[in-house]
Amino acid sequence: MKAFPFLSVLTAVPLVGAIAILALGDRRKDRARPIALAFSLIALAMTFVLYRRFDSASGELQFQEWHAWIPSLGAEYHLGIDGLGLVMLLLSALVVTMSIAASSKIREREEVYFSLVLFLQAGLFGTFTALNFFHWFIFWELSLIPAFFLIQLWGGPRRAAAATQFLVYTMAGSVALLLAFLALFQCTGTFDFPRLAELAQGGQLVPALAAHLTWHSFTPEQFALLLFGGVFLGFAVKVPLIPFHTWLPAAYTEAPTATTMLLTGAMSKMGVYGFLRIVLPIFSPQLRTVLTPLLWLGVCTVVLSAFAALAQKDLKRILAYSSINHLGYCMLGIFTSASLTGNSVALTTAKVADLDGVILQMFNHGLTAATLFWFVALLETRSGGLRSLNDFGGIRKVTPVFSGLMGIALFSSLGLPGLNGFIGEFLIFRGVFPLATWAAALALIGLLVTAIFILGILQRVFSGPLNERWSNMPDLTVAERLALLPPIGLMFALGIFPQLVLGIINSTVIRLVQQVRY
Amino acid sequence: MITVSYTAILQLLLPEMILVVTALLVLAVDLPISRTAQTRTRFTIGAVISAIGCIGAIAQIVRVPQQANLFDGTLVIGPEIQLIQVAILALTVLIVAMAVGSSFTSHVGEYLAVALFATVGMMLLVSTVNILLIFLSLELLSLSLYVLAAFNKLSSHSAEAALKYFLFGGTSAAFLLFGLSLLYGLSNSTNLVQIAHAIKNQPLDPFLAVAMVMIVLGFGFKVAAVPFHFWAPDVYEGAPANSAALISSSAKVAGFIIFYQVMVIGFAGAEGSSDWGRYTAGWVPVVAVVAALSMVLGNLVAIAQTSVRRLLAYSAIAHAGYILLALVSHTEQSFVALLYYAITYAMTLIGAFGVISIVEEQAGGEKLSDFAGLSRRAPILSLCMLIFMLSLGGIPPLAGFFGKFLLFASTLSAGQHTLGLLWLVALAIAMSTVSLYYYLQVLKRIYIAEPASETGPIQVPIARQVVLCAIALSILLLGCAPNLFLTWLRQPIRIAHF
Amino acid sequence: MLAWTIYISFLGTLALMLLKLSAKTARSIALLAAIAGFAITAYDLLHSANGTMTTIVHRSWIPPLGIEYHLAADGVSLVLVLLTGIVAIAGVLFSWNIEHRANEFFALYLALIGGVYGVFLSADLFLLFVFYEIAIIPKYFLIAIWGSTQREYAAMKLALYSLVGSAMVLIVLVAAYVVAGAKTMSLLELSQFPFSLHFQMWAFPLMFAGFGILAGLWPFHTWAPTGHVAAPTAASMLLAGVVMKLGAYGCLRVAMVLFPQGLDPWGFSALGLASWRDVFSLLAVIGIVYGALVALVQQDFKFVIGYSSVSHMGFVLLGLMTLTRVGLTGAVLQMFSHGVLAALLFAVVGRMVYNRTHTRDLTALGHLHLNKAIPFAAITFTLAAIASIGMPGFSGFVAELQVLIGAWNAFPIYVLCAGIGIVVSVAYTWRALQKAFFSDSAPESTTHALPPISMPERLGAVMLILASLTVGLYPQLLLNLLIPALSSPLFDGLRKGHWQ
Repeated sequence: MKAFPFLSVLTAVPLVGAIAILALGDRRKDRARPIALAFSLIALAMTFVLYRRFDSASGELQFQEWHAWIPSLGAEYHLGIDGLGLVMLLLSALVVTMSIAASSKIREREEVYFSLVLFLQAGLFGTFTALNFFHWFIFWELSLIPAFFLIQLWGGPRRAAAATQFLVYTMAGSVALLLAFLALFQCTGTFDFPRLAELAQGGQLVPALAAHLTWHSFTPEQFALLLFGGVFLGFAVKVPLIPFHTWLPAAYTEAPTATTMLLTGAMSKMGVYGFLRIVLPIFSPQLRTVLTPLLWLGVCTVVLSAFAALAQKDLKRILAYSSINHLGYCMLGIFTSASLTGNSVALTTAKVADLDGVILQMFNHGLTAATLFWFVALLETRSGGLRSLNDFGGIRKVTPVFSGLMGIALFSSLGLPGLNGFIGEFLIFRGVFPLATWAAALALIGLLVTAIFILGILQRVFSGPLNERWSNMPDLTVAERLALLPPIGLMFALGIFPQLVLGIINSTVIRLVQQVRY
Repeated sequence: MITVSYTAILQLLLPEMILVVTALLVLAVDLPISRTAQTRTRFTIGAVISAIGCIGAIAQIVRVPQQANLFDGTLVIGPEIQLIQVAILALTVLIVAMAVGSSFTSHVGEYLAVALFATVGMMLLVSTVNILLIFLSLELLSLSLYVLAAFNKLSSHSAEAALKYFLFGGTSAAFLLFGLSLLYGLSNSTNLVQIAHAIKNQPLDPFLAVAMVMIVLGFGFKVAAVPFHFWAPDVYEGAPANSAALISSSAKVAGFIIFYQVMVIGFAGAEGSSDWGRYTAGWVPVVAVVAALSMVLGNLVAIAQTSVRRLLAYSAIAHAGYILLALVSHTEQSFVALLYYAITYAMTLIGAFGVISIVEEQAGGEKLSDFAGLSRRAPILSLCMLIFMLSLGGIPPLAGFFGKFLLFASTLSAGQHTLGLLWLVALAIAMSTVSLYYYLQVLKRIYIAEPASETGPIQVPIARQVVLCAIALSILLLGCAPNLFLTWLRQPIRIAHF
Repeated sequence: MLAWTIYISFLGTLALMLLKLSAKTARSIALLAAIAGFAITAYDLLHSANGTMTTIVHRSWIPPLGIEYHLAADGVSLVLVLLTGIVAIAGVLFSWNIEHRANEFFALYLALIGGVYGVFLSADLFLLFVFYEIAIIPKYFLIAIWGSTQREYAAMKLALYSLVGSAMVLIVLVAAYVVAGAKTMSLLELSQFPFSLHFQMWAFPLMFAGFGILAGLWPFHTWAPTGHVAAPTAASMLLAGVVMKLGAYGCLRVAMVLFPQGLDPWGFSALGLASWRDVFSLLAVIGIVYGALVALVQQDFKFVIGYSSVSHMGFVLLGLMTLTRVGLTGAVLQMFSHGVLAALLFAVVGRMVYNRTHTRDLTALGHLHLNKAIPFAAITFTLAAIASIGMPGFSGFVAELQVLIGAWNAFPIYVLCAGIGIVVSVAYTWRALQKAFFSDSAPESTTHALPPISMPERLGAVMLILASLTVGLYPQLLLNLLIPALSSPLFDGLRKGHWQ
């Protein structure tokens, strides 16, 4: 008897929701949000069931489903999750729910908006569960289109340029990724991630390239590097790494804030996920070849984005750059984890800590950044759309609850011990330090600057003399408080019991570390 | 000396006799009614009589197949000759049928009689291999045509056309005669077969070369090939539509056939070669150059025309170029192609001139602009013209396309070297693409341009309508099922092949 | 059975030409004929098709010349016949509003369709050429009579380009026929004939370029944008959707099958090119990139789509030149995909937008708030745009994917160029989408009331989207036909020495 196709159903839930909402039509559009919320809650509940049923002792892929699809093209319907996938599913279900909860401001064509959000969620679920490139790529791209329209139709004043830039950049990355995978398929005849990883670990990838690709005096190693470059580009744009980041501040700023939550909370993780799922298992040797430049990129990402955030006035832009900064740590962690081959205990421990940290950081950043943008959204509703640092001041006095809760989220983003942000960053530094000390040292600058701009927010928005304009600003309503409680609670919970996440990912990470050892 | 009974000769010449008698009958019948009846009626009566005469001649040919070679090639009758004669007669039937109800001249009887005499000339022309008789019948044909071209006495264009035609024709006849006399001097015979025998295996005598050029010139004039084409545009433009149709159709067919016979039979052994890169002197290279020039010049100049008749004239020059490919390749296969192409082309032109004559009568001119919006004013007429133009342009599934295909395929198959004549065929195909541009110009006026505001529907005489539709349908049919015609053409030529 | 697709179309033409019918009856007849064609194809696909060459009708036609009336279909033809059926129905649906000389319009329309069916089903090259030419003439009239901007110029340009192309084809056809002994025009028999290498070396490029003109081969593509722009909606749908495929089909079915050795290396190299294969693949890639770049700067909405067609057809030609099975499969699939999508795009631009707003200027359209005024058009165009930039899930993706897989093997560097082309295609598609539908350059109050999208338009759009989506998600449907077809003996010559 076949097992229940959990993952397929999970992906189908938001799709069904999206279509159901579209079917509501224009007249009953005020029901769109509750329905969307209901569907996202169902999805959240299902991911929770997955979490319960997941065998955390095993690092293998679980809940696998496999069907033939297009045999001649090596396209298969192959689903499965390991710890990494599960964490990502949890995160995206959570972030989507939060985003829908935070999107009370959407008052125009809600049915379209919420169905797009659910489409996006389906894209996320699909991306995080698919194990065959063909299938995975469908969802990877599917998530793009809704994001584009969310920005294009409900965004701020310069949304058109931002949306196009976002789309074209990401598509350019995707095309590079696609081309690289086509070459892989041409040489190996498979699109399956696990199988490609096996080939790579068996050292069969480069010979396969040699057998099928020829171009003047290119060596197979150079071809492998070229393909790695393509895949790297695809993911680096999505994360993003400096210098592929220029779409991000505009997109995050112009998007409606609830959408920004999705972008930063879930979509940016697709890139990092790609590095973990695809680049590390398949392209470790190539990554190692160009490790030093990549580490420099990582360091630059961390440091420059922190400084850039420091120079901003717009809250959303600050948070946008801080997102780049936080994911920069993940990238540093990932790059270093491929740094050395070897089997020593110290090396393995460092790498495990590294990747544990990366995954944890992904989850934390998703949670924290989404929550922070939610706060910005709440602030915007109260300020009539203003969100510059200079527009506020001393609002702690009129809105103590709001200020307090947002403060917690900011501290979590800062990496205050006791809150979730700390453990992830700590583990990454714990791993990076022995493997690439210089990079860790330079990255510390980024950490420092982050502290400065986050404290700057706290100071200029919440403290100081009260800006008289806001003397009547209402504090959080009861409903809002209730809604915000779970994410804030989760920040504390993870800060105190990181084991909640680390428990499920540890075996996966160990397996991954063994994979990249070749 | 072979003894021949005169009754047998008369029997052999019965079709021609029938035509002559018909011509006299037409004159006789027209005489008493010329004062009382309307011109249209007279034309109708005359045309019907002429048509019946032609059909009688056809019936005679079909009923009594003959095989004869009298007086050393002076009169040659065989299945292939009879076939050609039938075709010529059939074309004449179409032409006189188009005259039903016309009124361009009051000399109805004379007009039709001269047309029938011209037909007699054509029939004799194709049934002889004696150069003397060739010249005589050619003159009979030509003189009839000069007169036909001049028949519209009210039009100065017509007179001008006829005069030009006559002057050019007279000169070229002189050249032809000169050439033929040189040939006689070289071979001491007037029979083409014997001439060929006499000049075979000799180095190219300068006199022979002169004779060859003179003859090509003379016939080149008849078929309006470049550079002997100057008369064509004026005659096509100025002559009455019916005369132009005759000049451009059946007279052309006869001209091509005799050109072919004189060159292929009379100059057998002096062909030379015009294969790419393997040129050898002879008449073939001369004809090849004439063909190439005709295709290029005819098509390019046609583009610039605003008069549909002149356009057809230049297109006729171009078509002469295509048909000359058959001479260049001169195989049995290409003779079939020549017949097929020339006959279907003649039908198409009769149809086109039929349409032009109707438009002239109703719209007052035959400039491109007079055709504007014709499809709204006379849809069936326009549809016929569509078929004619596309067939001329060589668009399948019309007869024009199959003719071209046959011609090109047979040309390529010929030549001593594989694909030696590809250059000529490629040029022909390229040029027929050019030709579509101006045929489309005509169709553009008919179908796309809006009619002038005050014009109403055109009344098309029913008889001409029927004939035009019949021509259009047969062009379609010959294109879709070329085999019908092809087997009919090939069988006698298989038997006879000369 | 399949032969009736041709007959029904021509019978429809005949009926429409000869009877005096109202516009309403005329379009109903056209619709019926189109549906009948599609239904016959669908029936055949479901019941008997397995992708290998199957004879439908085989009669002698002109025995002295060895020319036969031979209709046959294999997977490649079936896919394209199916495409023709789909686009034909959609085309009628999108010309439901034609009132001016409707009889003639639909008569020509069906004649064109009949010719196209004929080309795809002919197994005798003479017959194929006959149908090929039949398809050219109606195009001229459709554009010149019912077209817009510069219609007469565009129509003539298109006709002449097509005719020049077919002249090149005819030269080679006649030559090949004669060289092979003037005994047969059968595709199957001629493909077995050992043409000399020297002959193939000139015959192949001439014929490939001749057919390529109709397929939008750069630099002979210039008829395509002007023609598409000037054509009435249904005609541009057919033109981009089906007629361009005639050219590509000819390249594959005739040029490459008859003269496989024409693709062999010359034995020397000039400018880095060492065979006709290199030359044509370079031209294909230039077409991809050039078409995309030019589309990026167009101000006329239809020109954007017009140039995008050139770019997308470049993928077809590139796929053909890969000479791998996956590449060829991709090329044919791309023909199908581009057929459906180009039809859809032209339908939106020509019928839904232009017929309502009477402008195609992107800036002017930006002032009209089309996404609010005609949301259905906005959604349709968005889906079409998504599909045409090769978004996975739609047909364009599986097609381009296979072309590129094949191309990796042969020309890695061209893959990268094609990749750039795809990125540019995203840019121009999105630019057009944004400017035309989602621009907010004018205040809300200027929203005009436009006539709502009618039912036939909706049906047509939904049908085309579904077609693209079905093939995108389950390409096996067509691959099951294509793979056996491309593995058949007909392609043996190509396979020798090249095939991977």
